[in-house]
Amino acid sequence: MEHMGIEPGRLQFSWVSSAESTKFVKVVNEVSETIKKLGPNDRFVKKEIKVA
Amino acid sequence: MLAYTDRIKEIARALLTDCRVELVIGFRKGTVPMMNEPCFINSPDEADQLVWDSNCGINLANYLANRTEKIGIVAKGCDSRNIATHIIENKIGRDQLFIIGVPCQGMIDRRKVNAMFDGEVREVVESDGLVTVRGADFEKSFEKSELLQQNCSVCTHRNPVIFDEMAADPVDEQQGVDRYADVREIEAMDPQQRWDAFEKLLAPCIRCYACRNACPLCYCPTCFVDEARPQWVGKSQNPVDVRTFHFLRAYHCAGRCTDCGACERACPVGINMRVFTKKLEKDCFESFGWEAGLSPDVRPPLDTYRPEDPDDFIK
Ligand code: SF4
Ligand code: SF4
Repeated sequence: MEHMGIEPGRLQFSWVSSAESTKFVKVVNEVSETIKKLGPNDRFVKKEIKVA
Repeated sequence: MLAYTDRIKEIARALLTDCRVELVIGFRKGTVPMMNEPCFINSPDEADQLVWDSNCGINLANYLANRTEKIGIVAKGCDSRNIATHIIENKIGRDQLFIIGVPCQGMIDRRKVNAMFDGEVREVVESDGLVTVRGADFEKSFEKSELLQQNCSVCTHRNPVIFDEMAADPVDEQQGVDRYADVREIEAMDPQQRWDAFEKLLAPCIRCYACRNACPLCYCPTCFVDEARPQWVGKSQNPVDVRTFHFLRAYHCAGRCTDCGACERACPVGINMRVFTKKLEKDCFESFGWEAGLSPDVRPPLDTYRPEDPDDFIK
């Protein structure tokens, strides 16, 4: 996806077991922070068709 | 090339006469230059239709999936790798096949040839590595190496990896080719440039799905783009839908694509959609040391686990 031009960091992978609640919170916070910094996603959003 | 053709005819005729196969899949001359078409031969006297030259770029493995009869098939390097992939994926049994291996020296890029001349190209003939292109009022000869399809010019598996009989002696494999220069070019760009590059690449796509239909890997009974419940991807010409089709198709080919170039060859508007599959091919090679279809006995990286598989993308 990054190869295609998605900003690095917008797509993230992690492995959290159901017993790892603290890790889960940490991951969620980190992800939301990175994404907030990147701002809204304007790729893969269909623009409304302009009618003259 | 003539010798190849004669040998292929001979083998096909023998196979059909002895009833060792019910069907031979090969090429016959197309109705326009540089476009040989696949043909299915059922009886020994039809074997004379078969030809071989540098216009056999279509991947014949495409016609094998789920067939039940015994089949003789003409296979160049990449076709044989796709046949191996079919065998791994249980799309055809090895015992159903008689593979007529053809050492390949690359296929002519017909778009390149057509673009070089103003008028219509009426005839293309080859002899001894020299290709002569003729039209109504022009004639020019080229070294064949100048006219190769891009994927053929960087191919390192010209000889079939599996075969029952070879139509000729193996050719030398190309050494020291840089297979991934084009992928690296894209990797060097920043995200915005990459996004724009793909946007530009796909702008002319009309979503005819010729690329998918030409690909031997795309054998699903219902492709994700055709499904309506659920509808995974929009059916419109919207750039978002077009891109989704292309990158998802590429993912479905990850670790399976042999870079045979059949998809690019089939595209009516000349899009090089191999830049998607090639990136994945490169990743597979770098992460797992994997090249698709080299043997029907080795499971591909996406359905095996090894403790040393790279996982630094997981946090
Ligand atoms: S994706 Fe294209 S290059 Fe790859 S196997 Fe399919 S047709 Fe060949
Ligand atoms: S063959 Fe070309 S135009 Fe047709 S869907 Fe594929 S890329 Fe698009």
